[in-house]
Amino acid sequence: MKIEAKNLIKIFGPNPDYALDMIKKGAGKTEVMEKTGHTVGIYDVSFGIEEGETVVVMGLSGSGKSTLIRCINRLIEPTSGEVTIEGENIMGHDQHELRELRRRKFGMVFQNFALFPHRSVLRNAAYGLEVQGVPKDEREEKARETLSMVGLEGWENQMPAQLSGGMQQRVGLARALAVDPDILLMDEAFSALDPLIRQDMQDELIKLQERVHKTILFITHDLDEALKIGDRIVLMNEGMVVQTGTAEEILTAPASDYVERFVEGVDKSRVLTAQAVMRRTRAVGFANDGPRTALHRMKEAGISALFVVKRDYTLIGVVSAEEADRETGKGKTLQDICRPVENMVGREEPLNNLIPVLAETSQPVPVVDEQDRLLGVIVKGSLLGGLAEAGGR
Amino acid sequence: MSYEIPKFPLGDIIEAGINFFTEHFSFVTQAISNFTESGYDGVVEFLTTLPPSVVVLVITAIAIYLGGLKLGLFIEVGLAFCYNLGLWFPTIQTLTLVIIATFVAVSLGLPLGVLGALSKVFYRIIMPVLDFMQTMPAFVYLIPAIPFFGLGVVSAMFSTVIFSMPPAIRLTILGIREVPVDLIEAADAFGSTRMQKLFKLQLPVATTTIMAGINQTIMLALSMVVIAAMIGAQGLGGVVWKAIQRLEPGLGFEGGVAVVILAMVLDRITQRIGEKTKTS
Repeated sequence: MKIEAKNLIKIFGPNPDYALDMIKKGAGKTEVMEKTGHTVGIYDVSFGIEEGETVVVMGLSGSGKSTLIRCINRLIEPTSGEVTIEGENIMGHDQHELRELRRRKFGMVFQNFALFPHRSVLRNAAYGLEVQGVPKDEREEKARETLSMVGLEGWENQMPAQLSGGMQQRVGLARALAVDPDILLMDEAFSALDPLIRQDMQDELIKLQERVHKTILFITHDLDEALKIGDRIVLMNEGMVVQTGTAEEILTAPASDYVERFVEGVDKSRVLTAQAVMRRTRAVGFANDGPRTALHRMKEAGISALFVVKRDYTLIGVVSAEEADRETGKGKTLQDICRPVENMVGREEPLNNLIPVLAETSQPVPVVDEQDRLLGVIVKGSLLGGLAEAGGR
Repeated sequence: MSYEIPKFPLGDIIEAGINFFTEHFSFVTQAISNFTESGYDGVVEFLTTLPPSVVVLVITAIAIYLGGLKLGLFIEVGLAFCYNLGLWFPTIQTLTLVIIATFVAVSLGLPLGVLGALSKVFYRIIMPVLDFMQTMPAFVYLIPAIPFFGLGVVSAMFSTVIFSMPPAIRLTILGIREVPVDLIEAADAFGSTRMQKLFKLQLPVATTTIMAGINQTIMLALSMVVIAAMIGAQGLGGVVWKAIQRLEPGLGFEGGVAVVILAMVLDRITQRIGEKTKTS
């Protein structure tokens, strides 16, 4: 585990220990609020993030998600519980150790960008290295590099106020990446941006992540964003975790009524993958089979074309009933007569990408895994069925 | 009344304190007095041996650099008018007094303001002190200055510094406290030390507000310098004070106009400095 949070509790108020005692004796959030006037920010939150994973903490405002992300680098001091980074408990760190940890491990991106208004784009991006005492030339070179990585080449000498919101947040991202941190903490990083810019930034973050492989903790109140970015999602409500899982798990198996109501409005075609709506292939032809066997299988399954695979189900082509009939009795195997498949899709392909593919062809579209092994097929009917089923839930 | 409460001897206490101070620390106040006075005399002498046209041109050039041709022209005409009224020497005296007093007030006020912004305890102590300093009638500061430094320019400077320091402190505190929380959080998140935060974030972001405070300090210093003429500060205040004593309204008005011109010159120039620091 890169990051692990164990039973984190944060209580805001003048005497949190007293309120904590009440909680430990089993009092609920509202009870504590009513009796002591203390606000429970987060309540017994535990989760872990693996190295290189993107975990999105998702919740509405007041759900405690911003408090949670600040507990991870102790910008907010948890009332009780534990945070471990690479197995090291950071709760006992003194100011000095904590500062070193923040410098070495964390890059943080903020909702309202929090760029330093008196510093140029370049000097903003170099800030993290500057406080570490990296010499000027070195840190500015690194900052330039990072700025060009986020697409801001040529903007180095502008002031933040001269940039659009999207560009400002790129600076924010560059500032976080310039220190080359293992962990990116992103607090509602894209929430202040226009919807179109937001989508661009999401795509860019995903692309960037493929290059840099950071461990990312991303906070958002936008479920679509959570589903798009997160490898896993931690859903929070009123300071508590209500469900943890992949996008698909949360959509298809909501843990509670709250989650179910929450995910109702989601555009499921973006989240459901090819694998979720495909049908198992009823029949395949093997490479060494003859055309006659193929015809027989087609007849049995009631289909007019057959995918041809190797013994390990690696897809090599497709053969139609007419072609098989024409070549019957010439001593050829299916491997000789099959045509290559033009439009196969990966199993992780989102449904909305399948729609154009299916629109182009009347044939079933094969779904394959990473080694091109045939997993199933999608026909128009199964796609519509999948969407209808998901939408109706 | 039979249950009369005796008068609280506030005045006696203050006097005893001041007497004690002058008796035992006269060598310190003497030294400060001598040092300040020779410094002041040196600057005045330097500025008045230069031909007035050169001084005017230099100030005009600064104004043009900071605020453009229009401001430069305005300042040129204003200062030339002071010269024309025959008030060049007192104008220079007052200018020197204001500049030195402001320099001292700011170099004391800025660190105190930083301290007040960073330490809650110090903030609680200094705020009532500042209120006291600002509401106390300005004339009162003149009286203890005399036993410390004697009649003359040093006493004037002492009371001017005390009277004009509060805005520098107050606005430094305000400026630093106004720095948005999310910026502070960002600085913390990247592992800044307290000093790094102060010098790389809080002070630069607060500069505009601090400059406004310095501007206020200059204006207060100028107003005090006129009042301080009563204890022997010369300059334009001296001109006005003389006019009051001799009942010469014309001379008094001339002195007053020169003070107004000087005030505008100083105000515009420091304001432009504030704007410059904001945009750079």
